[in-house]
Amino acid sequence: MEHILQQMPIVLRSLNAGFLQTLKLFFVTGLGAIPLGLVIAFGSMSRFRPLSVLTRLVVWVVRGTPLMIQLLIIYYFPGIVLHRAIWGGGEAGRFLAAAIAFIFNYACYFSEIYRGGIQSVPAGQTEAGLVLGMTRPQIFFRVTLLQVVKRIVPPMSNEIITLVKDTALARIIALQEIIWAGQAFLRGSNGIAGALWPLFFTAVYYLIFNGVVTLALERLEKRLDYFR
Amino acid sequence: MAFLDVKGIRKAFGGTEVLRGVDLTLEQGQVLSLIGSSGAGKTTLLRCLNFLETPDAGSVSVNGEVLFDAAGPAARREADIRRRRLHFGLVFQSFNLFPQYTALQNVALAGKLLAKEEPEFRGRKKQLYRDIDDRARQLLEQMGLADRLDSYPHQLSGGQQQRVAIARALALQPDILCFDEPTSALDPELTAEVLRVIRGLAQRRTTMVIVTHEIAFAREVSTQVAFMDGGVVVEQGPPEQVIGAPALERTRRFLESYMSS
Repeated sequence: MEHILQQMPIVLRSLNAGFLQTLKLFFVTGLGAIPLGLVIAFGSMSRFRPLSVLTRLVVWVVRGTPLMIQLLIIYYFPGIVLHRAIWGGGEAGRFLAAAIAFIFNYACYFSEIYRGGIQSVPAGQTEAGLVLGMTRPQIFFRVTLLQVVKRIVPPMSNEIITLVKDTALARIIALQEIIWAGQAFLRGSNGIAGALWPLFFTAVYYLIFNGVVTLALERLEKRLDYFR
Repeated sequence: MAFLDVKGIRKAFGGTEVLRGVDLTLEQGQVLSLIGSSGAGKTTLLRCLNFLETPDAGSVSVNGEVLFDAAGPAARREADIRRRRLHFGLVFQSFNLFPQYTALQNVALAGKLLAKEEPEFRGRKKQLYRDIDDRARQLLEQMGLADRLDSYPHQLSGGQQQRVAIARALALQPDILCFDEPTSALDPELTAEVLRVIRGLAQRRTTMVIVTHEIAFAREVSTQVAFMDGGVVVEQGPPEQVIGAPALERTRRFLESYMSS
């Protein structure tokens, strides 16, 4: 117990740095996947058959295979198969590869939530807009969208909380996020070696951050409570 | 030529012909009620008038202007249709108010979006929006909703929601206001308040086409009644004729089954 207290400041400094990378991956994924998911949702709902079939095929593949494999393929495929190291060697390259894999993977999950949300808004809403001379984009942005947002907040909350924890998967390509930072103390880092507790302690970070995320999403849900 | 002139409208869904050549005329300031059993094509006809369905054949003109002609080439372009459909207003059976907007916002929204297409919108935005809001407020007052301007749809009764929907349709000053079974989703008490509003519009000589199952109301409020059966208008004329003394056996049978139920 005593040496844990001694190790604490060093470990926390390292874990904080790792968690910063975790947060960066989380926010970049959210900012990228939330709009990209809408584009994919429109693709899968397109009346142009080839587009909707292709989009659904891609969504099926992405949702049907492990994110960890996708990370490995995106990171290693260009170097090993194409002999072109497009990601570069350093942490920035690993982050870029991880961000692309995460954005694409989560956009596919989000797209299915969006599609369900959009299709659950009664057709009468669109028809009412049409007979009032509104254009289709006006109807989508002024009438449908907020109703969709209201409907999808609960399922999106689930996905977003999962995303917080899924960022740990980036460890597989050695992204220096918090799991990587915790694990480092096993092998030896900053004069500490063979310590397992820092790895366990990373859970506290996830738990607290997910608490904050949950509160924020609950507030959003409450703010949309004014209509039904 | 009549104010509203509908000629030979045909519409099939899959293999089923719902409308098989509908002809209708209506003069300005008159009220036409469409009666007939479910599946006769009344709602489909209204949806064709409002461009929610594209007829397979036939034409629709209002005030001499051809709004739709299945034989014409440019009949289906979305941008064209958008302006033309404003000749008609439509009140739905299920109201279809926008839930995230207040009563006032529901009535004013479409007008504000259309105002953006006015010349010199930027310079006149404030004035245009104020006029639209004033008119929306006035219409809601006329509907007896002066104290519910800022209520959201879910805070209103069905009858109040339908009255907001009527104000919303009137806000764009359509030539012809259509109602698709406006009281079918309402209980008798709320039905009465909506019918009272429609009666008021008729007295102000609003041109209306009303699909309804309220035969007594149709008789009282209409200047014309059209009985539809099997996708065609079987009989059209003044209510005292079509409802009071129908010429055709089919009309008689429908009315009898209606009165007895």
